[in-house]
Amino acid sequence: MGRYVLRRLLIAIPSLIGISIVLFTVLALAPGDPFEELATNPNVPAEVRANLRAQFGLDDPVTVRYVRWFGSMMNGDWGFSFASRIDVDQLILQRLPVTLFVIGSSQILALLIALPIGVYAATRPYSLFDQIANTFAFIGFSLPTFFTGILFILVFSIQLDWLPFVYRTDIAATGWRWWWEHGKQALMPVAVLGLFQGASWTRYVRSAVLDVIRLDYVTTARSKGLREIAVVVKHVVRNALIPVVTLVALQMPAIFGGAIVTEQIFRVPGIGSLLISAILANDTPVIMAVTFVFSCLVILFNLLADLLYGWLDPRISYH
Amino acid sequence: MAGSILASPTTSGAPRAAERVSPGAEAWRRFRRHRLALAGALILALIMLAVALGPFVWTVPINDIDFAAKLQRPSWSHPFGTDDLGQDLLARMLYGGRISIAVGLAAMVIAVVVGTFVGAIAGMSRGWVDAALMWLTDLFLSLPQLPLLLLIIYLFRDTLKSLVGTEAGMFILIVAVIGGFRWMPVARLVRAQFLSLREKEFVEAARALGATPTRQVVRHILPNSLGPVIVAGTIDVANAIIAESTLSFLGLGFPPDIPTWGRLLYDAKDHLDIAAHWALFPGTAIFLTVLSINYIGDGLRDALDPRKVM
Amino acid sequence: MDEKGLRQLIGEVKRGRVTRRQFIQRMVGLGLTAPLAAQMLAYSGIAQAQAKSAYKPTKRGGGGALKVLWWQGATLLNPHFAVGTKDQEGSRIFYEPLAAWDPDGELVPILAAEIPSTQNGGLAADGKSVTWKLKKGVRWHDGKPFTADDVVFNWEYASDPASATVTIGSYKDVRVEKLDSHTVRVHFPKAAPFWADAFVSTRGMIIPKHLFEAYKGAKSREAPTNLKPVGTGPYKFVDFRPGDMVRGQINNDYHEANRPYFDSIEMKGGGDAVSAARAVMQTGEFDYAWNVQVEDEILLRMEKEGKGHADIVAGGNIEFIQLNTTDPWTEVEGERASIKTRHPLLADAAVRDALNLLVDRQAVQDHIYGRTGVATRNFLNNPQRFRSKNTKWEFSVDKANQLLETAGWKRGSDGIRAKDGKKLKFVFQTSINAPRQKTQQIIKQACQKAGIDLELKAVTASVFFSSDVANTDTYTKFYCDIQMYTTTMTQPDPQVFMDQYLTSLVSSKENKWQGRNITRWRSEDYDKAWYAAENELDPVKRAALFMRMNDLAIEARAVIPVVFRPRVGAVSNKLHAPTSGWDNDFWLLKDWYRDA
Repeated sequence: MGRYVLRRLLIAIPSLIGISIVLFTVLALAPGDPFEELATNPNVPAEVRANLRAQFGLDDPVTVRYVRWFGSMMNGDWGFSFASRIDVDQLILQRLPVTLFVIGSSQILALLIALPIGVYAATRPYSLFDQIANTFAFIGFSLPTFFTGILFILVFSIQLDWLPFVYRTDIAATGWRWWWEHGKQALMPVAVLGLFQGASWTRYVRSAVLDVIRLDYVTTARSKGLREIAVVVKHVVRNALIPVVTLVALQMPAIFGGAIVTEQIFRVPGIGSLLISAILANDTPVIMAVTFVFSCLVILFNLLADLLYGWLDPRISYH
Repeated sequence: MAGSILASPTTSGAPRAAERVSPGAEAWRRFRRHRLALAGALILALIMLAVALGPFVWTVPINDIDFAAKLQRPSWSHPFGTDDLGQDLLARMLYGGRISIAVGLAAMVIAVVVGTFVGAIAGMSRGWVDAALMWLTDLFLSLPQLPLLLLIIYLFRDTLKSLVGTEAGMFILIVAVIGGFRWMPVARLVRAQFLSLREKEFVEAARALGATPTRQVVRHILPNSLGPVIVAGTIDVANAIIAESTLSFLGLGFPPDIPTWGRLLYDAKDHLDIAAHWALFPGTAIFLTVLSINYIGDGLRDALDPRKVM
Repeated sequence: MDEKGLRQLIGEVKRGRVTRRQFIQRMVGLGLTAPLAAQMLAYSGIAQAQAKSAYKPTKRGGGGALKVLWWQGATLLNPHFAVGTKDQEGSRIFYEPLAAWDPDGELVPILAAEIPSTQNGGLAADGKSVTWKLKKGVRWHDGKPFTADDVVFNWEYASDPASATVTIGSYKDVRVEKLDSHTVRVHFPKAAPFWADAFVSTRGMIIPKHLFEAYKGAKSREAPTNLKPVGTGPYKFVDFRPGDMVRGQINNDYHEANRPYFDSIEMKGGGDAVSAARAVMQTGEFDYAWNVQVEDEILLRMEKEGKGHADIVAGGNIEFIQLNTTDPWTEVEGERASIKTRHPLLADAAVRDALNLLVDRQAVQDHIYGRTGVATRNFLNNPQRFRSKNTKWEFSVDKANQLLETAGWKRGSDGIRAKDGKKLKFVFQTSINAPRQKTQQIIKQACQKAGIDLELKAVTASVFFSSDVANTDTYTKFYCDIQMYTTTMTQPDPQVFMDQYLTSLVSSKENKWQGRNITRWRSEDYDKAWYAAENELDPVKRAALFMRMNDLAIEARAVIPVVFRPRVGAVSNKLHAPTSGWDNDFWLLKDWYRDA
């Protein structure tokens, strides 16, 4: 197993390089201009824009730019944002805590919803509980997050005035009060994302458990006289977890850069909104840095998932 | 012999030979007995019929701007109400429904087919094929969708337009783009299932009996790994319908005056407090479509599962 | 209206028959700017009324926190690099210019002791220089004194092409000379009719010499003060997260008494316009939101809740439709929409006039923009005595039908008019923006009734407004028949704005489509008038030239104006926030206060 891990990690390096080449090329070819706002400003003469482009090396051929980018990445210099004129790593680090807090919590919430409900619904298929759970799950993922977000805002912020809907990172309070304020403002974005995610995960968990629950060894376990809950937890869930692990691993990198709509609606200053504003402003260094970290996380989590399969199902072997 | 004495007399003489029922017919029979699946199939058929034939029955134009009738509740002249330009929502939903359902189903099919294909091959093979396919999957997962979308649409829009016309060209592009970004989870799920199923006893038995890898896959492993695939399929339909509205919001989808369901939801979002009907109908339509496809999927899964006694 | 008409109108103001404000409003309606109108009055000897300050608080501080929402967050805080108004506003919290434009187009001194004029000797008679006297006793946030050295430094910094500042246009052609510690003189190479550009308003914020001196030219991006501004403004810097938040706290040494009122300011960024309006007018979480580009209906609904209202201030922005004079569908030497071609359909004046009649401006104003978009009557008012020919603003499908019919465009079997085998089909593009899409739909419907087929196209704003040479969807390429967007006129002087129709600036492959003349319309008369206006010192003559240029462009139907777009902000009912259409929203931030 150790050798497998080592091999995978070694393979990860060239694959990351390959991915970064493709990413960079896509960004270089995609239409859009980092200095478009200057273009509409009649007071900015064309030479200034040309100067800026030259300063940032935008007129060099793609290969030269890639090599330059790669070299500076290796040196720890993640680039310089066109739009904000500050270092990219500073930008990312500023937003990391909020992202981990809000988006991370929503994933945990999704898991907390999906696992118990999915398992329980699968143990009683087509019962009332199952039907209700299914219906809520369908509603949950049929409605886009921009919709549920606005619905929540209308109900909880405007009608009931319980929760603030603009997320502020700098709450001037300490101790208990600080946590309370943060909790209040994080509740809606976490709920919107978590419920949306949880809805589809519930369906997956239910389906995975249903697949397993009819297998012979479960019947055996039951006939051995084990209590239902022991049967479910020790035998069923562990084996049903494989699809769930796959999904969670696929979703983890999305914490870093995926919750764009929710961040927009609630003005959560996370990495997702950094990414989308960088994309719309064609701020290539920021996009490259964020997507590169994103791809590292993708590779990492998929490797973790592969390892977990082996632990969950001992029959799966790797050469 | 005791076993051949019939309990009741039969009209014909010799016992009939046992009917040979193909697995397909058997599956269909089991499907028919699954009530929810039938209900789902019925609902879906109704929806598709409505969007296909509806505009011929309800002939109110979709872009008839009438400011006097702005944001009206459902009434006889406007069964689904009107939007903020006074356009009739029922007509818009019927027209846009064609596109939404087509996009949803087509994108889902692409995602499922490509994903299953890639996942199956990766799961069955070992060594470098698996690694290469997983690298490809990771690559697609890492790609930032938006710039790629912009690039693809910008590159191919004109060629497609000249080949098949504006609307068809746009449709192909959107379906390719949405479906093209959804196959990766399916591939990973299928691969995971394959990794685990491939070692199971019944597959080993088939191997011992001399089944070729293809036969093992198609007849033994694949039917048993369909569970997550089906769930992914239904979720993908909803996702595709909504993704199309996001694309349109960014200017990359259909022109903004084409009333797909996702677009209607998007237009309605700022008027939720006074014109809830505007969002209610497209939302319910998406919900029903997803519901019906899902029950069909459940029925399929149960029908194909050899262990389930129906 | 011509020069004679203008002088007559000014005479009316002198005699008190027309108020100053009415005059300025009419000039703005005619396509001029309030600052130019004010200049006209000043030149004609009509004294500037001293604006009474509405500021009530009698001591500094104690007002608590001021929370404002900018749905496009500031991404940098150096005013010389500001990309768009959001960055200017972020910088304006901390930095100040010598003078600013009030809503009536008058200059208000901020860091200047007084406004230069011919009477006080600030303005040279030959128009080649202007002398600014600086306010004494002003300190930077770090305590150092503000002097003429800082002003001269700003000129050096901005005019250096290696710094690549966006303000360079205002500084590269002038020379700034220090006369003493609190006086500077700006020299113009030739008589400048519009002298209030350098050191004024959005492009005139002053940065401190002692902190930026080491970072001129190519090193300009390394200055640490870029991220931690030190200015003379009412608030001192606390924290900055690009795109997300700017925070400041009260400057206790501010150079005006009793100001500012608030103890701290927080400027939050991100999100969209509708929820920004909600945050001010429905939940009261914020006191002010910038640029709420939202349908008026929604705004009115929110105002009913009694917490806030929409603050609408007239500026110079106009939503335009442009008609392509060249043919975008034929390629000549690798270039579409080349001036070597003529548009086959739009070259026919009847078609252009018909299109003009098919824009239902009233409906657009009533149902889409409401107070935030006032239908423009072709730039030309119809004042009782001063008519211009052929410039009535009208919406009539029947007339359009008639026009086309008589010009020989007959309806085909599909309802679309055609002549000589050419059908009236156009591609109409604009950027993604809900009100714009609705406007497109309204126009499309009217055109359908007249037998014209419009294909609607909406392009992502960042692509539409980009200057990317390879992209075919940009507005400068104009690779379609009709397009629509808002031309911003926040510059106080129309000269630069009007160069959009100059022959020499036609956008083409040669200049990488950077030319400002996007419609590619050419007219000798127009060119002559523009060059004349560049050198004309008499503001009244100049205004008349501008109006003639307006007439020419609109009569030729190179453009079809749709609605004026005033600036709309959402303000809490308790907040007093004076805004100006000719400067940043924060132009008078020092005077903002809240009812107790």
